[in-house]
Amino acid sequence: MEVSIWIFLLLSVLKVAVVTVILLTAVAYTVLLERKLVGRIQNRWGPSRVGPFGMMQPLADGLKLFLKEDLLPTNVYRPLYILAPLIALACALISISVIPFGKELYVKRVDLFQIADVNIGLLVILGITSIGVYGIALSGWSSNNKYSLLGALRASAQLISYELALGLSVVGVVLRTGSLRLRDIVDIQATHGLLSWNVFGGLQFVAFFIYLMAAYAETNRAPFDLPEAESELTAGYHTEYSSMKFAMFFMAEYANMITVGCVATLLFLGGWSSPFGDLIPAWGGPVVQALLPVFWFVSKVFFFLFLYIWVRGTLPRFRYDQLMGFGWKFLLPLAIANIIATSLWLAFRAA
Amino acid sequence: MIPIAYYLILSAILFSIGVAAFLIKRNIISIFMSIELMLNAVNLTFVAFAHRWHQVNGQIFVFFVMVVAAAEAAVGLAIIIALFRTRGTLNVDQVDLMKL
Amino acid sequence: MYLVLFLIFGGLCVAGALNLLLQHHPINSALSLIVVMTSLAVLYLLLGAEFLAAAQVIVYSGAIMVLFTFVIMLLNAGVEERTHGSKAAYIVGFPGAAALLGILVYIFLKQKDHLGGAKLGGYLVTTHDLSSVLFRDLLLPFEVTSVLILVAILGAVALARKEH
Repeated sequence: MEVSIWIFLLLSVLKVAVVTVILLTAVAYTVLLERKLVGRIQNRWGPSRVGPFGMMQPLADGLKLFLKEDLLPTNVYRPLYILAPLIALACALISISVIPFGKELYVKRVDLFQIADVNIGLLVILGITSIGVYGIALSGWSSNNKYSLLGALRASAQLISYELALGLSVVGVVLRTGSLRLRDIVDIQATHGLLSWNVFGGLQFVAFFIYLMAAYAETNRAPFDLPEAESELTAGYHTEYSSMKFAMFFMAEYANMITVGCVATLLFLGGWSSPFGDLIPAWGGPVVQALLPVFWFVSKVFFFLFLYIWVRGTLPRFRYDQLMGFGWKFLLPLAIANIIATSLWLAFRAA
Repeated sequence: MIPIAYYLILSAILFSIGVAAFLIKRNIISIFMSIELMLNAVNLTFVAFAHRWHQVNGQIFVFFVMVVAAAEAAVGLAIIIALFRTRGTLNVDQVDLMKL
Repeated sequence: MYLVLFLIFGGLCVAGALNLLLQHHPINSALSLIVVMTSLAVLYLLLGAEFLAAAQVIVYSGAIMVLFTFVIMLLNAGVEERTHGSKAAYIVGFPGAAALLGILVYIFLKQKDHLGGAKLGGYLVTTHDLSSVLFRDLLLPFEVTSVLILVAILGAVALARKEH
């Protein structure tokens, strides 16, 4: 049955809208989760006033940021100053489009759980992440403020350095799969549950560690949050931003966290596949069958977000030279060694 | 379906703009960027011809051009930084002497 | 459909390139070049070169141009000044480039029918196809370029290092 292109476009637009709304809600509640968890780690309650258990806090925060005065400092370079947060947020939101959330399920030839299924999904994510650097670099440069500029310089140097380790760490996974399509990467891990996940069965735990470290640096999160280190740089690249423009950077950071968590889940933790594999027989109707993988996927991503916040709550910040040394002298050689070991292992197994 | 010639014309336009920018720009970084633009224009022709003749080699060539361009950018920008350190300017008209 | 996509992204390419030519501030030129490169990546996709499209975004827009903006920010390059040398360049530059464009366009339009056409999905080179050629037939050139990259890194470090 040939579906007309208009229905396809309509369904795709609908899909994009739904995913964007879900992602933005998730971003808002990740912020709340972070505040709550960090609060508990520091032996206090965290937000608890707005709504039951402070559940309405994101709404109040959003309202506050939206209603604040949008300041435009006098000596900024205006076009780039306005463009920079847009680039940051757009890149953070676009990369979710190639991520599959659950098993393939077609309604009128439209895949329900993925916006776009591309052969080079992994590369698309890497590419969009690398474009995201401009948001930070331009915001710092156009603000005409030394703290912003220093923060932006640090950020771009840090992002370029850790992108290498990030890119090399996923090569092992790609070697094992032989494909850059994210669905293929998950499918190969779905056979024996937990045991065939790349992090265990694929012997990619070193790559997983490198990916995790590089991902923390890529998203400017503690302990790699040098670009916005408040004790040295006020607020780094977004010092001069207020109101919605600040909120855009804020949302971009958390959306990036979620994307990185999704990618880590897909690459190393078997994506939407159940950790029990075929041990538990399939049960429930078709709806449960379709939603159970999504549940596994979301819980794995949640685990990553928890890890992120836990690390932030416990580890102190790196010094800048330590950060560069760690990236270039430790992670990069380790990633290369991992690629060599993986390819030798695969060649040995194939022989 | 559109003619391959359109891609080649687009590439020619980009290349000519690159040439013009290379000659007119006075800032050494902008000059360097127009070289990158010319390289990109040539890459487009390679990919278009790879499509025309169903040959992978055209794309391989683009791959190598990208690698060489990356190396060139690294060295070139290092030279520009060294230049700026010794001369204190990025204007090519002011660095026309062999000695300081 | 194909023509619409080609016109949109081809138009973006030309607009970006013209903006690079007309802007006086290097950072604006750099940003317009990024627009050109990213639109070229889409054109590569239209021509069925999916890996190259990704590589174009990652290597050109994501690495090389970041390096450019980084250097512009680091050296705090301002608006370029017009000096005596640029007049001659104007006299020779524009007609020369226009003549080049004219010749090329004339030849391409004359040969239009021999060159055939491109359509969506007409010819797709997967990453697998590309890598089998690259790592079997062209292994030696590939390894040589890696040496080139190494030399370039060492050269860049040596050049940009502060002298004591």
